[in-house]
Amino acid sequence: MKEKAVVADIDRSMYDFRYSDEDSLKVDEGLTPDIVRQIAVEKGDPQWMLDFRLHCLDVYNKSEMPDWGPSIEGLDMDHIVTYVRPKADRMQTDWQDVPDDIKNTFERLGIPQAERESLAGVGAQYDSELVYHNVKDEVAALGVVYTDLESAMRGEYADMIQQHFMKLVPPTDHKFAALHGAVWSGGSFVYVPPGVTVEIPLQSYFRLNAAGAGQFEHTLIIVDDEADLHFIEGCSAPKYNVANLHAGCVELFVGKHARLRYSTIENWSKNMFNLNTKRARVDEGGRIEWVSGSFGSHTSYLYPMSILAGKGARCEFSGVTFAGAGQDLDTGTKVVHAAEDTYSYVNTRSISKGGGVSTFRSAVVVNPKARGSKSSVSCESLMLDDISRSDTIPAMDIRTSDADIGHEARIGRISDDVVFYLMTRGMSEEDARALIVSGFADNVGKELPLEYAVEMNNLIRLEMKGSIG
Amino acid sequence: MSETILEVRDLCVRVEEAEILHGLSLSVGAGETHVIMGPNGAGKSTLGSAIMGDPRYDKTSGTISFKGEDITHESADKISKRGMFLSFQNPIEVPGITLSNFIRTARENRTGEHVRVWDFNKELKETMKVLQMDEAYASRDLNVGFSGGEKKKAEILQLLMLRPDLAILDETDSGLDVDAVRIVSEGIEEYKKTVGGALIIITHSTRILESLKVDKTHILADGRIVHEGDGSLVKTVIEDGFSRFVDEVDA
Repeated sequence: MKEKAVVADIDRSMYDFRYSDEDSLKVDEGLTPDIVRQIAVEKGDPQWMLDFRLHCLDVYNKSEMPDWGPSIEGLDMDHIVTYVRPKADRMQTDWQDVPDDIKNTFERLGIPQAERESLAGVGAQYDSELVYHNVKDEVAALGVVYTDLESAMRGEYADMIQQHFMKLVPPTDHKFAALHGAVWSGGSFVYVPPGVTVEIPLQSYFRLNAAGAGQFEHTLIIVDDEADLHFIEGCSAPKYNVANLHAGCVELFVGKHARLRYSTIENWSKNMFNLNTKRARVDEGGRIEWVSGSFGSHTSYLYPMSILAGKGARCEFSGVTFAGAGQDLDTGTKVVHAAEDTYSYVNTRSISKGGGVSTFRSAVVVNPKARGSKSSVSCESLMLDDISRSDTIPAMDIRTSDADIGHEARIGRISDDVVFYLMTRGMSEEDARALIVSGFADNVGKELPLEYAVEMNNLIRLEMKGSIG
Repeated sequence: MSETILEVRDLCVRVEEAEILHGLSLSVGAGETHVIMGPNGAGKSTLGSAIMGDPRYDKTSGTISFKGEDITHESADKISKRGMFLSFQNPIEVPGITLSNFIRTARENRTGEHVRVWDFNKELKETMKVLQMDEAYASRDLNVGFSGGEKKKAEILQLLMLRPDLAILDETDSGLDVDAVRIVSEGIEEYKKTVGGALIIITHSTRILESLKVDKTHILADGRIVHEGDGSLVKTVIEDGFSRFVDEVDA
């Protein structure tokens, strides 16, 4: 029966609460030089940043909307509010000082609790500004810097910010990178000094509360030579009837023989256009590990890119994307092998259900001088019914004969044998299917810290609920 | 004469357009051990799966009752919770759940009661010892990368941990070497001894039956029970083959 394949709307009540934004400061809808100047004044930008913002606005106005991916017709830039300052007057480092409704939001999402239990430091962004930032004393004592980008831009790391900010993702990269450069606000700056290993993860959590607003946080992480860091970002927003936009930017610099693991569990509400840009540059012998779970948003364009710039640099990418009813999620990754003996391993899973569209898009580029490089790309898709869609668009551009390149793609369905096997042990059909999907997403699940793996499995369970008539 | 635990009456089963079982009847008493033998393609595995509620087998007529309740059209999870167990000929690999968590979840599903992890782990360890299974398997994903022998042992481990009132063992001895067959037989003996449940053993050989007291043997051919006897029938079949029973039908 067809009805059985159609999915009821998902219970997202856990993320779907929201608070009034009447006390906060908002700039006018749309995008003009005046609005950009107003944001710069609000944020106390140095002159170079104001100049850069205006330059980005110019690039934005001159560049075309992307026409190669999912439709972004529902996104009307003339009505997006680019800056919403929450009513917290400034960023707090004591949780008690954060205003109650903002605090409640994060308490409900389990953020400060997670900090107490398993994190070395936490940043929490509400609409356009960081409202809370804290790092454990013992981590700070190692010389690790974890703060909001605005303070960093004015303090002792000002030069470092100016040297790195949007150097990896220039505004000319694409229209939304330019937009980001013009109106960015909030985000985190992390610096790990040479040889320092941060034993437990740092986390940033992004929450967009205001309707019809955009969030444009900028994350800049520099892991110096032989240092080691795990950074986690989480995102959510309540559902509104108007489109929200997320055009964040993440720039990661991984030093020689350093390692950075960057994990994301993204669960934006399903009115969100998630046009996010993430990029890492890895020096000799360094290593970037992306762990990426995409569950939310209405439309996503998300392809974290790794530039393997030094000899022997490595990239591992583990991703899972779950597209349910009304979602068009275009995700994947790009790897540029720019030096000898570089290595990349891409392992992704995509799940589509209830008419959702999930597209895996990847590009592996091996430059002529990247002799002896290896790349292995594997993507598997699982379609849970007959009305969903899954596409795979892998591209390979190999410019040396001395490279070892592999690609495999598989598309499948849940096997009746597995469902029956689990049911013979007393598991309901719904639980059996949820378990199978969790298992399918295990390439990401097993890379996440336990609490996050549990959260991911809960998200999967939520998405699978009501999928059986 | 023990009380009947399973009663299959005039069961007809179709898969897609083909009828595989044509009016099969079978009665098993509580705690009894039954053996089902028959040539390839006779419908032995179909019978096991159909009793257990596999939705791909369409029961067009006949009834199945378990402990006096009609389960003909019940789903596998409900039948399982009533106390039935099916050991698979080819146990399925399920990534994402460890063997240990799987068995614990299954026990909770079947009993509806919370299982204390500490006690459970202790019991699991002891039971794995009986089956000479390396403890490391408990924390590996269910059947993933297990050898054929370890998969079968994992099935018997579930049998011992879930303690069903009736277990159907589908070709549990196939593809096993001599040592593995011995260990699996010991596991089945342990089940008889500690749980005392009924068994339906679908098999080709006597190896797994040597130390078990078989109450009844059924010869299944072409979707029907064509001959029945006591435990000694197993030996006759092994020595003479199925042809004389199959011929009986044709005659």
